[in-house]
Amino acid sequence: MRIVVLSKPVPDPASGQERLTADGRVDRAAAPAVINGNDEYALEAALKLIEARPDEEHEITLVAMTPESGRDALRKGLAMGAHRAVMVTDPALERSDWLTTVRVLEAVLRTLEFDLVLAGADTSDGVAGVVGAGVAARMPLPYLSFAATIEPSDGRVRVNRLTATGHEVLEAAIPALITCTQALGAPRYPSLKGIMAARSKEIEVRSLTDLGVDPATVGAAAAGTKVGEVRPPTERGATRVIRDEPEEAARQVVAFLAERRLV
Amino acid sequence: MAGSVWVHGELAADGSLARIATETATAAREIAAQAGAEAVGVVVAADPVGAAQELARFLPRVFAVTDSAAGERASAAVTAERIAALGRRDGVAYLVTGAGPEGRDVAGIAGALLELPLLANATAVGWGDGGPTVDESAFGGKQLTTSSFTGSGGLITIRPNVVDAAPLDAPGSVESLNMEMPLELPAVTITGRLTSEAAAQSIEEARVIVAGGRGVGGPEGFELLRELADALGGVVGATRAAVDAGWIPYAVQIGQTGKIVKPQLYLAMGISGAIQHKVGMQTAGTIVAVNRDPDAPIAEFADVLVVGDQAAVGRALLAALRDRSA
Ligand SMILES: Cc1cc2nc3c(=O)[nH]c(=O)nc-3n(C[C@H](O)[C@H](O)[C@H](O)COP(=O)(O)OP(=O)(O)OC[C@H]3O[C@@H](n4cnc5c(N)ncnc54)[C@H](O)[C@@H]3O)c2cc1C
Ligand SMILES: Nc1ncnc2c1ncn2[C@@H]1O[C@H](COP(=O)(O)O)[C@@H](O)[C@H]1O
Repeated sequence: MRIVVLSKPVPDPASGQERLTADGRVDRAAAPAVINGNDEYALEAALKLIEARPDEEHEITLVAMTPESGRDALRKGLAMGAHRAVMVTDPALERSDWLTTVRVLEAVLRTLEFDLVLAGADTSDGVAGVVGAGVAARMPLPYLSFAATIEPSDGRVRVNRLTATGHEVLEAAIPALITCTQALGAPRYPSLKGIMAARSKEIEVRSLTDLGVDPATVGAAAAGTKVGEVRPPTERGATRVIRDEPEEAARQVVAFLAERRLV
Repeated sequence: MAGSVWVHGELAADGSLARIATETATAAREIAAQAGAEAVGVVVAADPVGAAQELARFLPRVFAVTDSAAGERASAAVTAERIAALGRRDGVAYLVTGAGPEGRDVAGIAGALLELPLLANATAVGWGDGGPTVDESAFGGKQLTTSSFTGSGGLITIRPNVVDAAPLDAPGSVESLNMEMPLELPAVTITGRLTSEAAAQSIEEARVIVAGGRGVGGPEGFELLRELADALGGVVGATRAAVDAGWIPYAVQIGQTGKIVKPQLYLAMGISGAIQHKVGMQTAGTIVAVNRDPDAPIAEFADVLVVGDQAAVGRALLAALRDRSA
């Protein structure tokens, strides 16, 4: 089975240092890059899928559109067990919008062979949650989203899709694109062996020229949106701390909620 | 302005119109009024008329698209392709969807087919300099931005609860359409569906959330939270620690890899307020936390912190709420 995992390097949310620059870009210098949380779940799902089929041939390829600063994050994905990575890095891509991301990822996918493409349901630095759907639409590939389980068999794939109030079962032919959630299971930590092996795995860097994408059609000049203002949120007032016994505490909370017309 | 402002007529699991669609419709109407364009809704289903009529209470014109490919409820790909086809036929200035799972799926596909730039997860939509302005929040509300489109069109996804849905004085018209032309996107079939009792209402749309963390202690502890949620007219949410422990389904997890919510009231029971949880809820209107540790991180961003045992405080709170409504 050949699986591509769309893996976006993002500023590490756990660092607490994520921020936008004054002109509204994700500040990549503010925090170290890690693979986006949901994309790690996708990678873990890919690893479990191939481990469940020890007799087949496998390849897991990480694909990212990222500046050079994303390399270490991809290296960690290789240490978890992915076989290789393709990284599209080009100065012209700075400030690209989502349509460019979709086009670039599409261009890479057209050069690869795969049974499944896995993406994250959304990203911690963008949270748009649309790139997977956009790539599926352009390829075109069947699109199965918000997966809690992924079961390929006999040229088809079945996904339990989480909905707001439960789940639904989706089925489609392979190859297909699936967006992944935490419900697929916690990602493994790279083993020492994995870390050693990752050193000799390939991270292939491709430019826009390599992909046949015209640099004039990407980046800031081609972006369809602009950020007018970046500001801090309005401060919440000081926290009111209640240390009374439960009944008295409850009375005060209800009075506070009533004041704010919440009860 | 060439083209209309299109609205995805999102459906709930039971086939009725989702509340978010009344909110996106209201926002779209305001954009259309400013742009001098028409606001048009699209409902795609095997039997779309009921939901389309409901949507027409909020929009002057709604297409009820009957689609045999849709099954009982269309997959996102079918809905998005039909919206894109109508948009190509009549012209698209803007497309507006909800920012929940259903809306995102449709936005991603239709947006890519129509090549629309995107402003996502709007927390407010306004108008300025000849186009819509969209407020977004970065990193769970650490920073706020106001953005606009560079050209005269785009796609906007809007979070639940940021627009007050306002019906029209007189309902708009519903036009029934049969769309049977073949689909470009490969088929995805929905072969089963399950609604879990734990999440009878969408947590993203809830106005009150009673959320529990590891401090709730177990699945039984969530019973009290459910009663509190009922008393407050809300739903139950959870942290990843509670989800990972198997106490409550992932569907109601709030945070970085769960849902991002903006209720009017967030009651946090036995939740530390870790950064990955905080990004999912810190823009809530009012945050009340119950934690036995006064130094838990949530103390830094709650409006009220009750220091104490969450079960004891929870029971007292339930009694006080019931007294009040008695
Ligand atoms: C990639 C990634 C993604 C993540 N995504 C999410 C996410 O989406 N959502 C999420 O929530 N977390 C997420 N996490 C996990 C997050 O880091 C925290 O581990 C989690 O939020 C902690 O949950 P908690 O507050 O329930 O538990 P804890 O941090 O253990 O806190 C429990 C709290 O309960 C209090 N307490 C204990 N007993 C009682 C009692 N009887 N009465 C009152 N108070 C009591 C304690 O003082 C403590 O403050 C993610 C982590 C990673 C690495
Ligand atoms: N630059 C990128 N490189 C690789 N994958 C990406 C990139 N941007 C988005 N994706 C994929 O698309 C998913 C959704 O992203 P988004 O729509 O930006 O929230 C992510 O979880 C990734 O799987």
